Amino acid sequence: MAIYVVNPGALTTVQDLGRTGYQALGMPCSGVMDPNAWSAANELVGNKNGEAALELTLFGGIYEMKEEAILAITGADMAPTLDGAPCPMNRPFSAKKGQTLMLGCAVSGCRAYLAAAGGIDVPEVLGSRSTNLKCALGGYRGRALLSGDLLPIGSSAVRLADISDHAAAAALYPDDISVRVIGGPQEDAFTAEGLHTFYSDRFTVSQESDRMGCRLTGPPVESKNGTDIISDAVVFGSIQVTPAGNPIVLLADRQTTGGYAKIATVCTADLWKLAQARPGNTVHFQKITVAEAQQLL
Amino acid sequence: MEQNSGKVRILPAGDQALVAEFGDQIDLAMNDSVQALTERVRESGLAGITELVPTFRSLLIYYQPSVIGYDALKEKIQLLAECPDTAISAQRRILKIPCCYGSHFGPDLADLERYTGIDRDEIIRIHSGTDYRVYMLGFLPGFAYLGGLDERIAMPRLSTPRLKIPKGAVGIGGNQTGVYPLESPGGWRLIGSTPLDFYNPDRKEPVLCRAGDRIRFIPITSADYYDIKRMVTQGSYHPEMEI
Repeated sequence: MAIYVVNPGALTTVQDLGRTGYQALGMPCSGVMDPNAWSAANELVGNKNGEAALELTLFGGIYEMKEEAILAITGADMAPTLDGAPCPMNRPFSAKKGQTLMLGCAVSGCRAYLAAAGGIDVPEVLGSRSTNLKCALGGYRGRALLSGDLLPIGSSAVRLADISDHAAAAALYPDDISVRVIGGPQEDAFTAEGLHTFYSDRFTVSQESDRMGCRLTGPPVESKNGTDIISDAVVFGSIQVTPAGNPIVLLADRQTTGGYAKIATVCTADLWKLAQARPGNTVHFQKITVAEAQQLL
Repeated sequence: MEQNSGKVRILPAGDQALVAEFGDQIDLAMNDSVQALTERVRESGLAGITELVPTFRSLLIYYQPSVIGYDALKEKIQLLAECPDTAISAQRRILKIPCCYGSHFGPDLADLERYTGIDRDEIIRIHSGTDYRVYMLGFLPGFAYLGGLDERIAMPRLSTPRLKIPKGAVGIGGNQTGVYPLESPGGWRLIGSTPLDFYNPDRKEPVLCRAGDRIRFIPITSADYYDIKRMVTQGSYHPEMEI
């Protein structure tokens, strides 16, 4: 079974939950940007083992089915059609051999997930099928999809009749995003004024945001003596502040370590909001405790 | 500045990790404390710990909050960190890294001679005469941050970084030296090349060295370089090691 890539959209990669366990060697995790939408897509098609799916960015692309498959689309709304007829999001559907799935520009959100029953069957590299673009590793030949690629789909015993009642709630992606965070390890590098700016002002998602990080602009966040630190480890959601005072939220393709002070860390439960943020959206931060954040998991 | 390397601050790094921080400097004793804590945590077999990321001066610990809570883990790590550093294991490997210096293998060696006023043979003698400590890995998979460069052969980075530095290039950037594990842009002065793969995702151990190792560069000829390169490609070369 396979999916033929007619047009790969703006940036489409194969992703699962990421390549964990090798960060001490400097190997970035990669993996899905929006774990919620990715999990929902896998659940809809009856995948239970963290199968890889396609992550589509802003413009989805055109895909031709070489075999029948059970598919589901979640995340950003790219107004998908199957042979020209609107096709559902957030529910499983069957696409027959020869049918063409088309996904347009995202009308809300930034990233959509296309899962197939059985998963996108690329080889596992160091325990993951995720694409690491910088190291040209994993995923489909270590790169984003190109026209003419043929994506194998894994085998699955799931039949549409078994899962036809599966449905996920459509996610809403507001233009003004409220993100819950925990105070960061270098919080004390910032002045009271800087912390006040960070927690009370709004920041704008910049055009330069990508899978490595969501770059924010806004009033500069004041530090006591600059934000250079001796590099140490960062996590999915670490918020670094550049010497100019601009926050950067580190996301799936972050390096393992970073050299700027980390003012806060995004709660796992809210990471999807930044994964789905579009340039021009506004972000404000709300501080909660570790215990509160863990209750949201 | 905190001088007691046993003093540790434990701070949350989100809701699934915490960081044990020993200070904010590059210091051998501090890095020893990080390495010792890393080993102790690994050996403790504490349930719920999923990954450890040691760096120059801190250890990041990923954990599963459903198995162990933040406060409980913090307390356990605090206790482990307060043990005297004598527990540090003797597993200090010295990896011998063949390096062909100069010519097209190290196109910036001539600039380094001019900048330092030291001739190439002496530069090579100095560079290969030090055992460099791997403080941590980061930036790229298999990129080792090495400490111990002799300040006589230190030189600032290029003002305009190169767009492509080949895998295996050995460079000097400021007071650091290191090896590019894969092709990458970079601003270091290139003085030589190693035929070894510091990173190879197809190998059982994808990365050659780990934090705490020591690295010694062994000068080789260009003929040796190509011989070793061939063996590396065939998978029949195993770097020399002292423990």
